[in-house]
Amino acid sequence: MALVEAIILAVLAASTPLLIAATGELVAERSGVLNLGVEGMMIVGAACGFAGAWLTGSIFIGALFGIVAGMLMSLVFALMTLGLAVNQVATGLALTILGIGLSGLIGAGFVGERITPAAHLAIPVLTDIPLIGRVLFGEDGFVYFSIALIVGVWWFLYRTRAGLILRACGDNHVSAHALGYPVLRIRTFAVMFGGACAGLAGAYLPLAYTPFFIPGMTAGRGWIALALVVFSSWRPGRLVVGAYLFGAVTILQLHAQGWGVGIPSQFMSALPYLATVIVLVLISRARTGGSTAPAALGTVFVPDR
Amino acid sequence: MLDPTPDGQHSDKSPLLRTIGLSKRYGDFLANDCIDIDIWPREIHALLGENGAGKSTLVKAIYGLIQPSAGEIHWQGERIVLSGPSEARRRGIGMVFQHFSLFDNLTVAENVALGLDGKESFKDMSARLEQVSKTYGLPLDPRREVWQLSVGERQRIEIVRALMQDPKFLILDEPTAVLTPQEADQLFIVLERLKAEGRAILYISHKLEEVKRLCDTATILRGGKKVETCNPRRETAGSLARMMVGGEVKEVKAVSGRKTTVPRLVVNDLSLAPAEAHGVRLEHISFELKGGEILGIAGVAGNGQDELFAALSGERLAKDPGTVVIEGIAAGHLSITQRRKLGAAFVPEERLGHGTAPRMRLSENALLTGHAASGMVHRGFIDTAATLRTVDRATETFDVRKAKRDPEAASLSGGNLQKFIVGREILRNPAVLVVSQPTWGVDAGAAAVIRQALLDLAAAGAAVLVTSQDLDELAEIADRIAVMFHGKLSAPLSASEASREKLGLLMGGSSLEPKEVAHAAGA
Repeated sequence: MALVEAIILAVLAASTPLLIAATGELVAERSGVLNLGVEGMMIVGAACGFAGAWLTGSIFIGALFGIVAGMLMSLVFALMTLGLAVNQVATGLALTILGIGLSGLIGAGFVGERITPAAHLAIPVLTDIPLIGRVLFGEDGFVYFSIALIVGVWWFLYRTRAGLILRACGDNHVSAHALGYPVLRIRTFAVMFGGACAGLAGAYLPLAYTPFFIPGMTAGRGWIALALVVFSSWRPGRLVVGAYLFGAVTILQLHAQGWGVGIPSQFMSALPYLATVIVLVLISRARTGGSTAPAALGTVFVPDR
Repeated sequence: MLDPTPDGQHSDKSPLLRTIGLSKRYGDFLANDCIDIDIWPREIHALLGENGAGKSTLVKAIYGLIQPSAGEIHWQGERIVLSGPSEARRRGIGMVFQHFSLFDNLTVAENVALGLDGKESFKDMSARLEQVSKTYGLPLDPRREVWQLSVGERQRIEIVRALMQDPKFLILDEPTAVLTPQEADQLFIVLERLKAEGRAILYISHKLEEVKRLCDTATILRGGKKVETCNPRRETAGSLARMMVGGEVKEVKAVSGRKTTVPRLVVNDLSLAPAEAHGVRLEHISFELKGGEILGIAGVAGNGQDELFAALSGERLAKDPGTVVIEGIAAGHLSITQRRKLGAAFVPEERLGHGTAPRMRLSENALLTGHAASGMVHRGFIDTAATLRTVDRATETFDVRKAKRDPEAASLSGGNLQKFIVGREILRNPAVLVVSQPTWGVDAGAAAVIRQALLDLAAAGAAVLVTSQDLDELAEIADRIAVMFHGKLSAPLSASEASREKLGLLMGGSSLEPKEVAHAAGA
């Protein structure tokens, strides 16, 4: 029993950064922008988040630092790809490389420092319920926020006019422009939202997951978040399922090693990507027309004036 | 009947919209040069001109999509500077685009919502959508996604979307290019009704007969300048065309004494399940096409023409090889390349994305269809000089106008790209040419060149199959005309007996069953 609870708790903790980062990227991609710099924005978010928390002693301010850092990174990306119409793939990759270097620089002075990690919710009685108590009522704030975030994004995309306009930009930017929507401005906001989420997801790592900062601590989670968006076929509902599934695989991999199961850990690490490929194949077989991905995803748009 | 707006007499004091010296410059290129135009209420005003004459630029400026470089726009007597289309819509200017401004992966209702200012709830908007579409006889299912719809239905969305803004002034950019005569007639009824409601309409079209029938005033543009404003009813199609072109338009002439030879394309009882959920099932299609003959296939878009094209071109394979016979060889199971080697050539409807790869150069696009049988590839290596020669020959023979020798396909205007595509295939001297919508959205000059090329090809002994929604075009070039409806092909009628009425009936799904035929025979 205790082991099951421990595993669930571990899965939730491992999934939360994936969910937050992927939610942001989903919004950006739905507007038609492919930002491959998630890993870079996350790692800068982690370094700045830790710095903020260490300097102020507040996890909340640390998280804000992470958000702002991710946003600034994404602004660089937006300036390049939307302002100057540079290729999005190349810029995204460059952003990741930049982020890894920058985070090392910012975080260098903080390596070896420790902070008090984010507090977990504690409600008398409820939190003490066996098995589900700590899972439902004993998490840290990030976990609850991530769920609110994805629900909010779903509501925004499918229930608000602004969300409809954002999806329209991702489907056909020429038409959106012809109808008078400021495609580039909308995309800039979407990219910045993606950056904020990536920064927060990165900050989660040193603020809640492990209470210290080490260079490169995102360890490829940004790439998994990108795969996750594709896995979800750009739908918020499936994104939640995918995030917990991918998180579970990560945890399973650790336990499998502990139990001495004879599956190479490299295979387990590759599972999220393998699952993404399989899902892509299944989707393209099941769908008969239209496109699953936002039709304008990754394409450059220069309005004529 | 009295003309409500005889020349020079308008019941209103000032025009609804007036442009004064409107100019738009792109670099060195003057797309619009000092254009003055007056639009009055209760007026259907035609805007005529060849491709590249500056019609689209002018309406984009009026709709606030681009800012004019010089000149003024006056709306209801007051000078305005439009910040964008949403302001234009707010003031009562609506627009129906030629290349639809629709979102394929969104539903009809969502597409309409995007064209409105969003002040009403989605639910109210959907209800009003159904009401407007019913009032004007433009039926739409709000829940379907656009990619599932035919071209005609897509245009309906655009029109309904514009009407829902209750515009005082509506711009339509070549609305009938993709419609059947009946659909066009329905549209004219809608337009007449809008006019009677006091609205003004700016109507861009290439079809001069249509303009003469519908429009009260016509403004003709040529090379970015206004040539003339006239009453089209007092002009002939010929005089309008002369003003557009600035000279005589070449008449399409059939070579007399064209002889038909052996069957070169035979389709035997071809049935094919649809490839996608909303596709059309082809049912028992049979016809025989001899060399020297042009067979026209009429029909409303989305009745199986695309599916038939795919089956003939080899984009989809038939189970039974004998269903498609090219040059006497059963080819139903053969690939596109193998069919090309048999002497067939194909021109699909969609120019960008199907007929050409938009971001590739013309020479590369020539190679894409010519690699199999035109000597452009030697031992796996591309003969770049040969591909360029093809481009040059097509350019010369078919008067393809372009900025440089070998530009990207997407940079050409629709008419010029279509001339290139048709030219590319014809220069291969095909025995069989299957061409879909050869002059879709193409100006009069280019259309004449293309039709003449098809006639000449048939005169040289090739079998030509033309799918078109333009009945005038089919009447002009086809020897026989068959109609597609719900995946079935009617028996071909000879061009002389294929009246618009008969074809219209077949296109609407009524059969010319014994009763009808007997009636026709008795008459």
